[in-house]
Amino acid sequence: MVKETEVENIFKSMKCKLAVAVTVALLPLAAVAADGMALLQKDCTSCHNLKGPAAQTLQELMDRKGPDLFYAGNKYRREWLVSWLQKPQRIRPAGEYYGKHIKPGVKSDEVDAATLEKHVALSKGDAEALADELMKLRPHDDLIAREKIEPGTIDKQMGEMNFDKFWGCMACHLIEPDFGGFSGPELYTAADRLQPEFIASFIRNPQAWQPKTWMPNKGVSEGAIQKFVRYFVVLNKESENAK
Amino acid sequence: MPNKLLFVMLLAMFAVQAQAGETAADNYKIYCVQCHGMEGNGKGVNIRDMSVQPRDHTDAKAMSTRSDDELFKVIKEGGTSINKSILMPPWSATFSDEEIRDLVQYLRNLCKCKYGS
Repeated sequence: MVKETEVENIFKSMKCKLAVAVTVALLPLAAVAADGMALLQKDCTSCHNLKGPAAQTLQELMDRKGPDLFYAGNKYRREWLVSWLQKPQRIRPAGEYYGKHIKPGVKSDEVDAATLEKHVALSKGDAEALADELMKLRPHDDLIAREKIEPGTIDKQMGEMNFDKFWGCMACHLIEPDFGGFSGPELYTAADRLQPEFIASFIRNPQAWQPKTWMPNKGVSEGAIQKFVRYFVVLNKESENAK
Repeated sequence: MPNKLLFVMLLAMFAVQAQAGETAADNYKIYCVQCHGMEGNGKGVNIRDMSVQPRDHTDAKAMSTRSDDELFKVIKEGGTSINKSILMPPWSATFSDEEIRDLVQYLRNLCKCKYGS
């Protein structure tokens, strides 16, 4: 549950219009607290889809300014959300969606960094409150329930071979800050960011989550999916150690 | 009379589009450009670290060595289906057969070429 003070803080930090603020201030605080999600939706919806469904047409996809959050509770790890919202760093090197942030370059198309916008940073209290609300958004519990993550580890080289050579995923994803593709999200922070069941489910059937996603369904085998999940843990540890 | 004709033509165009789903131009822009480039020249934003470079779709010589059936197959089933790179993924879960056929024609327009020409 979002505390009243936290809701107020979120509200302040989002620089809402004075008229709206006055209106809300006049409401009983209990009503504001109960409607915390509505406030969050108001502030985040200019860039994020919090209600679903996912884009059904390419036009809807192209109009997106940030990743969908309506299944955030099925996707993210709460600890990561709290940390990231306080110190947001780019996850998708070419933004969302990538086509709006590239330009022809000398050797190849390039990321047009000037078009990328920064995400607002929140206070710890706001980040905690927002993460709590986001974690409630779980319309795809059914997809998550189908996944079974088998415990285990993988040698980094084996993981990399599986990822790069056997399945070709490096075409679109960075596995290190300086290696891989740009149109998908970076994966050396994926284990920290995402629930392992989500990783498995999205690789298995990206279109079940996003019918129009530019990530293909490669028909990845169960064994390979388990290897990816373990590999991302290895990558994440290495990335943390490199800091 | 001309108005009526225009209406019928528009209706026909709409019917074709509704049947085919997304247009080939839009599908190319979203899905193919990431590797094959904004200009279709194989210089997409992702290519820097690739061991095999994406096909230049404007290369008439190379593109004319592939039949429409082969182009259909490689889009639907991926690079390995025609003994080419794993980096070209299968798009069968993304496109309908109709959309893939439209994309093959789109490629023919890009290369300004036909099979065997």
